[in-house]
Amino acid sequence: MTAPSTAASTSIMVADARTLKRNAAEKRFRAYGLAAIFAGLLALVLLVGSILNNGASAFKQTFIQIDVTLPESKLDKSGVRDPEVMKKATTVTYAPLLRDGLMAKLDELGVTDIEKKEVGNMISKEAAAQLRNHVLANPNLIGQTIPFEVLANGRIDGFFKGRVDFASAELDKNVSPAQLNAALALEDAGSLETRFNLGFLTAPDASDQRPEAAGLGVAILGSLYMMGVVLLLALPIGVTASIYLEEFAPTNRWTDLIEVNISNLAAVPSIVFGILGLAIFINFAGLPQSAPIVGGLVLTLMTLPTIIIATRASLKSVPPSIRDAALGVGASKMQAVFHHVLPLAAPGILTGTIIGLAQALGETAPLLLIGMVAFVREYPAGPPEGLFDPATALPVQIYNWTQRADPAFVERASGAIIILLLFLIVMNAIAVMLRRRFERRW
Amino acid sequence: MSVLWIFIAVLGLSLVGFFAGRTRAIASGGGDIRVLHSLPKHYGAFVSTAALLPAVIVLALWSVLSPAMINSSVASLLPTSETSADLALNDVKRIANGLDQAVAQGRISKDASYNFEGTPEEIAKQLGAVGIALGSAPDTATMDAAESYRAKAEKSRFWRGVAVLAASVFALLLALRVTDKEFRARNTVERVVKGLLILSASIAVFTTIGIVASMLFESRNFFAQYPALQFFFGTNWAPNFRGGSDLGILPLLWGTLYISFIALIFAVPIGLFAAIYMSEYAGPKLRAVAKPMIEVLAGIPTIVYGLFALVTVGPLLRDYFAQPLGFGESASSVMTAGIVMGIMLIPFVSSLSDDILNAVPQTMRDASLGLGATQSETIKQVVLPAALPGIVGAVLLAASRAIGETMIVVMGAGAAAKLSLNPFEAMTTVTVKIVSQLTGDTDFASPETLVAFALGLTLFAFTLCLNVLALYIVRKYREQYE
Repeated sequence: MTAPSTAASTSIMVADARTLKRNAAEKRFRAYGLAAIFAGLLALVLLVGSILNNGASAFKQTFIQIDVTLPESKLDKSGVRDPEVMKKATTVTYAPLLRDGLMAKLDELGVTDIEKKEVGNMISKEAAAQLRNHVLANPNLIGQTIPFEVLANGRIDGFFKGRVDFASAELDKNVSPAQLNAALALEDAGSLETRFNLGFLTAPDASDQRPEAAGLGVAILGSLYMMGVVLLLALPIGVTASIYLEEFAPTNRWTDLIEVNISNLAAVPSIVFGILGLAIFINFAGLPQSAPIVGGLVLTLMTLPTIIIATRASLKSVPPSIRDAALGVGASKMQAVFHHVLPLAAPGILTGTIIGLAQALGETAPLLLIGMVAFVREYPAGPPEGLFDPATALPVQIYNWTQRADPAFVERASGAIIILLLFLIVMNAIAVMLRRRFERRW
Repeated sequence: MSVLWIFIAVLGLSLVGFFAGRTRAIASGGGDIRVLHSLPKHYGAFVSTAALLPAVIVLALWSVLSPAMINSSVASLLPTSETSADLALNDVKRIANGLDQAVAQGRISKDASYNFEGTPEEIAKQLGAVGIALGSAPDTATMDAAESYRAKAEKSRFWRGVAVLAASVFALLLALRVTDKEFRARNTVERVVKGLLILSASIAVFTTIGIVASMLFESRNFFAQYPALQFFFGTNWAPNFRGGSDLGILPLLWGTLYISFIALIFAVPIGLFAAIYMSEYAGPKLRAVAKPMIEVLAGIPTIVYGLFALVTVGPLLRDYFAQPLGFGESASSVMTAGIVMGIMLIPFVSSLSDDILNAVPQTMRDASLGLGATQSETIKQVVLPAALPGIVGAVLLAASRAIGETMIVVMGAGAAAKLSLNPFEAMTTVTVKIVSQLTGDTDFASPETLVAFALGLTLFAFTLCLNVLALYIVRKYREQYE
C-alpha cells in the first residue's frame, strides 16, 4: 500500500525489511483483537467469579442447638395457657431463657472462661422472637425443657465462613475470642453446625443488627408481583401496538411520531422512568408508595419498546405470501393478521417478551425513586390487593443491603445476586429454547 | 359498589350480549347462516363490545373527574390559605380513609362514624388504632370536611355503579336493535379493534409526553424558587434542607462527563478491537463462543456491576493504586465507576460495531486485498474509514448510556460533588443526585427536592440529543450501502 520500494530486492524467496515490518504489523493487529476479546471474557469471569466467591456462603448459616427450659412463673403467670394473656411476656423475657440454656450447655462442655453477657450475644437477636412465636403457637410446652434450634449471631456465623478470626475478634467490640472458643467447643460437641439455610430465600428482611436473619422472601414476592403486572400489561399493549405499526399503519405524521418515540424511549435512561412514576403515578394519581403495582407500571413503560421492537421483527419475518393467501380466500385484513400472521410470529414475540421481562427484573434505579427501598418486613397480601401493599424487589433489596454497615450484609447481597442471576439465566434459557424449538426459516 | 364488582357485572353483561347478538342474528336469517352478512360470532362480538366499551369509558371518566370534583367542593369547606390547602386536604382524606377502615374493621358502627361525637384527641386515638397516624388532633372544620368528603365519596361510588351499568345495558340494547342479517357486523367490530390497536400504539407517545410534562411542570416550580442562572452555571453543590442551599449543576455535570469519559476510554478500544477481530479474523468456532459470551455482559443487571465496583474493584484500586501512589484514600472514585461502567459498555460497543463492520460491502475488502494490502492494512485504511460514521454513532449511543447510568455510579462513584481532576477521588453525578434528592423523606415544595426534576430534565435533554444525533448518523450511514 505504500510507495513502491526503490531498494533492489534480489529474490522473492527472501522477504525484505519492509515486508517483514508489514507482516509484523499484521500480527500485532491480530494480537490486539484477540487481546480485546480476552479482556472482555476476563471481565466476565472476574465479575461472575467475584460474585460467586462473595455470595456462595450466604446460602449457609450457622445454627446452635439449645435445650431451653420454659418456666411457667415467667411466661404464663396466670397458668391458663391463653396465648392472648401470654403475649404479655415479650422477647425481653425470652432472651435470658435462651442464654441460660446455652450457658448450661457450655458448663457441661467445660467452657467456663466466658461472661454471661457474651454467651447471650452468641445467639441471634432474632432467636428470642422465634422462641416466643413457637411458644405462643404451642402453649402446652410451658413448664418443659425443649430442644430449640436458633440462629447464631452474625459474627459467630462469619467465624465459620472465614470472615472473622481470632485476630479480628480481638479488635471487634461485637465479638470476643472467648465466644469463638465457646463456638468451637459447641461445634466439637455437635450442637453447632453450618448448613443450608432455607430462611435466606423465604424470610423477610431483618434490621441492621441481625444480618443472620435477613432473607429475600418479601423481595422475591414483590419482584414476582411486578413481573406479573409487566406481563399482563406490556405483552398485550406491545403486541397490539406492533401489529398496528407493522400491518395497518399508513405512512403519515402520527405514525412517524410513534416510530420516533419508540426508538427514543428505548434509549431514555431508566432513572427518567422513575421520575415519571413518582410524578405521575404517585404524586398525581395518588397510588401508594413502595407498591408493586407502581413498580410494575413503571417497568411496563420501560419494557414496552423492547417488546415492540422484538414483536415487529418477528411479524416482519412472516412472509407476505401467508397474508396474500389468507386475503385470497376471502379473509379480511384483520382476520389474516390475527388468524395467520400472529400465530406464526408467536415464538418470536414470546422470546422478545421474556427478554424484556428479564431486563425489567434486574432494573433498580426507577424503583428507588418510587419508594421501594423502604424497610418492609410484612409479606404483601395475595393479589390483587397485595399489589397495593408495600413490598421490595430483588435488585432493590440488594442495593439496600449494600448500604448497611455490617459486612455480613455484603455476603447476603452477593447471595441475592446469585438468585437474581439464576432467575435471569432460567428466563434467557427459556427464550433461547423457544427460539430453537419453534423458529421457522421461510 | 367496588370497581371489581362493577367490572364483573359488565363482563357478565357482555357475555350475555354475545349470545343474545348471535341468537338474534341467526333468528333474523331464519336459521340459515348463509344469508347473514357476517359470521354469527361477529354479531355476538359486536353486541358484547357494545356492552363493554361504553361502560369502560364511563368508568374511566368517572374515576378521573369525580375525585377532582369532590376535592374542590371539600376544599371550599376548609378555612385555610392557598399554600397549605393541599396539606389540609390530605389530612381530610387520611381521616376519611381512617374512618372507613375503622368501620370495615368493626371498631365503630357506620352511623357513629358519620356523627362522630368526641374530643379531637379521641378521634385521633381511634384513627391511630387502625394505623392512621395524625400529626395533630383534627379541628372541627377538618372533621366536618372529612364527614362531607366521606358522604360525597360514598354517593359518588353508588352513582358510579349505576351510571356504568346503565351505559352498558343501554348500549347493549341499542346494539341488539341494529343487529340484523343485513348489518355489517364484521366491519364494525374490526373498526373497533383497529381503534384499540391505534390506542396502544399511541402509548409510546403518551409516555414521552408524560415524561416531558411531569419534569417540565416540577422544574418550573423549581425555577420559580431558585434562579436558573445559578443552577446552570453554579460551581457549588451544597443542598441544605433548612434553606440557603447552593444547587449548581456544574460539579455534577463534570463528574458525569469525567466518569463517562473514562468508561469510554476503556470500552471503545476493547469493544472495537473485539468487533474487528470477530468480524474480520475469527473463524466460525471462536465467533460462536466469544460473541454470546461477551453479550452476556450486556444482560447482567447494573446492580451487579454496582456491587462489583463496591466490593471488588473499589478496594482493589484503593489498595494497589490510590494509596501507594498517594492519590487518595477513597474506595469509591471516578476510576472505580469508570472502569466498571467501561466493562458494561464493551458488549454495547462491540455488537453495534460488529453489525456496522459487517455492513461494509465485501467488494471493498476484495479490491484492497487484490492490490496487495495485508488484512490489517485493509481494515485500517479501507474498512474502518468506510465504517467510521456508523462507529461514531455507536460510540455516541454508548456515551448516552454512560451518562444515564445510575446504579454503578450510586455504588461506585461516591456522593461528594467536586470539581477535581484526580481520577482517584470520589465524585458524583447527575443521576446519583437525582436518587439522593428523591429518596427518603421528601417535601415536594422545597427546592432541594424539586431540583431533582430539573436535573432529570437536563439529563433527558442531554441523552435525547445524543440519541437523536447517533440514530441520525447510523441511519445515514446505512443508507449509503443499501
